[in-house]
Amino acid sequence: MRLETDGLRWEKAARRIVDEVSLHVAPGEFVGLIGPNGSGKSSLLRMIYRVLRPSAGWVALDGQSVWRLSARENARRMAVLAQENDGEFDFSVREMVSMGRTPHQAFLAQEHAEDRQAVAAALLRVGVAHLAERSFLTLSGGEKQRVLIARALAQEARVLVLDEPTNHLDVYHQFEIMTLIRGLKVSVIAALHELNLAAHYCDRLYLIDAGRLVAHGPPVEVLTPGIIRAVYRVRAEVALHPVTRKPGIHFLPDEAAGPPA
Amino acid sequence: MPSRRLVLLLMFLCLLLLASINLAITLGPVEISSATTWRIAYSEALRLFGLDSPVGEWTVAQYNIVWRIRFPRVLLAALVGSALAVVGVTMQAMVRNPLADPYLLGVSSGASVGAVSVLAWGAFAFAGGHALSLGAFLGAALACALVYRVAGIHGHLSAARLILGGVAVGYFLSGLTSLMTLTSDQRELARSALSWMLGSVAGAQWSHLGLPSLALLVCALGLFSQSRALDALLLGDETAATLGVDAVRIRRALFLIASFLTGIMVAVSGAIGFIGLMVPHAARMLIGSGHRRVLPVSALVGAIFLIWVDVVARIAFQPVEVPVGVITALLGGPFFVWLLCRHGRTPGMRA
Repeated sequence: MRLETDGLRWEKAARRIVDEVSLHVAPGEFVGLIGPNGSGKSSLLRMIYRVLRPSAGWVALDGQSVWRLSARENARRMAVLAQENDGEFDFSVREMVSMGRTPHQAFLAQEHAEDRQAVAAALLRVGVAHLAERSFLTLSGGEKQRVLIARALAQEARVLVLDEPTNHLDVYHQFEIMTLIRGLKVSVIAALHELNLAAHYCDRLYLIDAGRLVAHGPPVEVLTPGIIRAVYRVRAEVALHPVTRKPGIHFLPDEAAGPPA
Repeated sequence: MPSRRLVLLLMFLCLLLLASINLAITLGPVEISSATTWRIAYSEALRLFGLDSPVGEWTVAQYNIVWRIRFPRVLLAALVGSALAVVGVTMQAMVRNPLADPYLLGVSSGASVGAVSVLAWGAFAFAGGHALSLGAFLGAALACALVYRVAGIHGHLSAARLILGGVAVGYFLSGLTSLMTLTSDQRELARSALSWMLGSVAGAQWSHLGLPSLALLVCALGLFSQSRALDALLLGDETAATLGVDAVRIRRALFLIASFLTGIMVAVSGAIGFIGLMVPHAARMLIGSGHRRVLPVSALVGAIFLIWVDVVARIAFQPVEVPVGVITALLGGPFFVWLLCRHGRTPGMRA
């Protein structure tokens, strides 16, 4: 499924938080959204997943505006892992994952065999079937993210929107989650903090700064020392790794960055 | 299979409820056997359908105690307990906080203001026999809206603001109830206002049961049909939205249901506290947070619980009978403190 935005803008208190952002995610593509803190990544994603109505511009799935669809119809096409804290209430892992079936169920609907199968398949797919009866609140950070990905799978959406899915995870679990996401064969757009992760996993990157799109393209084109220095105000060296053929970024914080070139 | 466990638990609770109703009717200053109780109920049921009832082997006094006093009282306790537990679940989903309770958040006090204003000034006279319920409903809705505003439902709703807002609104409205009562020239009012503020099911009559049972049935079924949406709501508005649930609309419905049920129940029994806090908590400890389980289990546990609290209120301090709300307060206060102390990471208090 193709995700597209055109001229997306969001203003708050006369400030443009997101300014004229046009981007697209092709079917099956893994697109990263990068940018410094407060650059408008989350606001942009919230407009994409239809909880923030844009001041201008539009978001479309396969050419159809998300605001033309109901929340339910939209939820069958798009699943979201937001940064919202998941509350104080104690749900089991299975219950948590089966919430992904919510948009598929009609009013008053019982859980059908189809729902149970989708939940069981999702649990297996992300490797948390053995945790099914555990309480979600007692899981580790990496396990929680995997369960939430299972929920997105149970939702059977073909677009996945992620807001910093590797936040607070250690290195091993960061790679585990990213590998899992890349293997899902759905269209993905993910806000990412860690540039090396973005470089390694994403097909294309969009870099935003102060709400504006400043660069986009394959990681090698976006993550150049010049762009990193201009946007992040840190000196960096970028080298293609001989084995992975992916750009790796080394930051050189002790050397003065100087004014942007 | 967890769902089979749920069915077993529900069956067990239904049996326990029937047994509790039975026992609670036989208990009291005048002991009356179960057999007599059910014979009287049987003959009344036959009469209801216009059939001849068997000649009673019971005295008029027994008949009056069982049929006119204890039966309606025990059933009212069951209804009110059940409804308040359901309101607790509803409000907890609405504000996404397991500490919400209609009494603690001042909604019951609002209902009392509404009810007393009907008695003192004859407000809502157009509603006839339902003026009291209507007044209590509107009072509850007003209080609920106020607390909602004070706690700032927009942005992150903090537990501290919620509880403090509820306490402030509750005190203010209790003050209003007292003022209306004390300045009214109706003598009866002082007595009935006291029972509203303390909460009591004494003096229940069969005619009191109709509207509350209908209200409870309709609201509980409505909530149950939306149990998935309620689950999603507990995860937060944005997550709910991305699961296809319109959080704003659902919350509006929950608001109406909570105010309506609280109003109806306060109109018949006054402000009985802490049921909505304790019962859903116990239910969640038993079967987790999913509303398909929490709602029916809470409804049954609430009914059983209030029946027994009322039995204690009736017979523990003989010859004095205390309002049932006094006992729920004595249980609920320490329960709340226990919740606050537990692990230091009590649900809902990470404000």
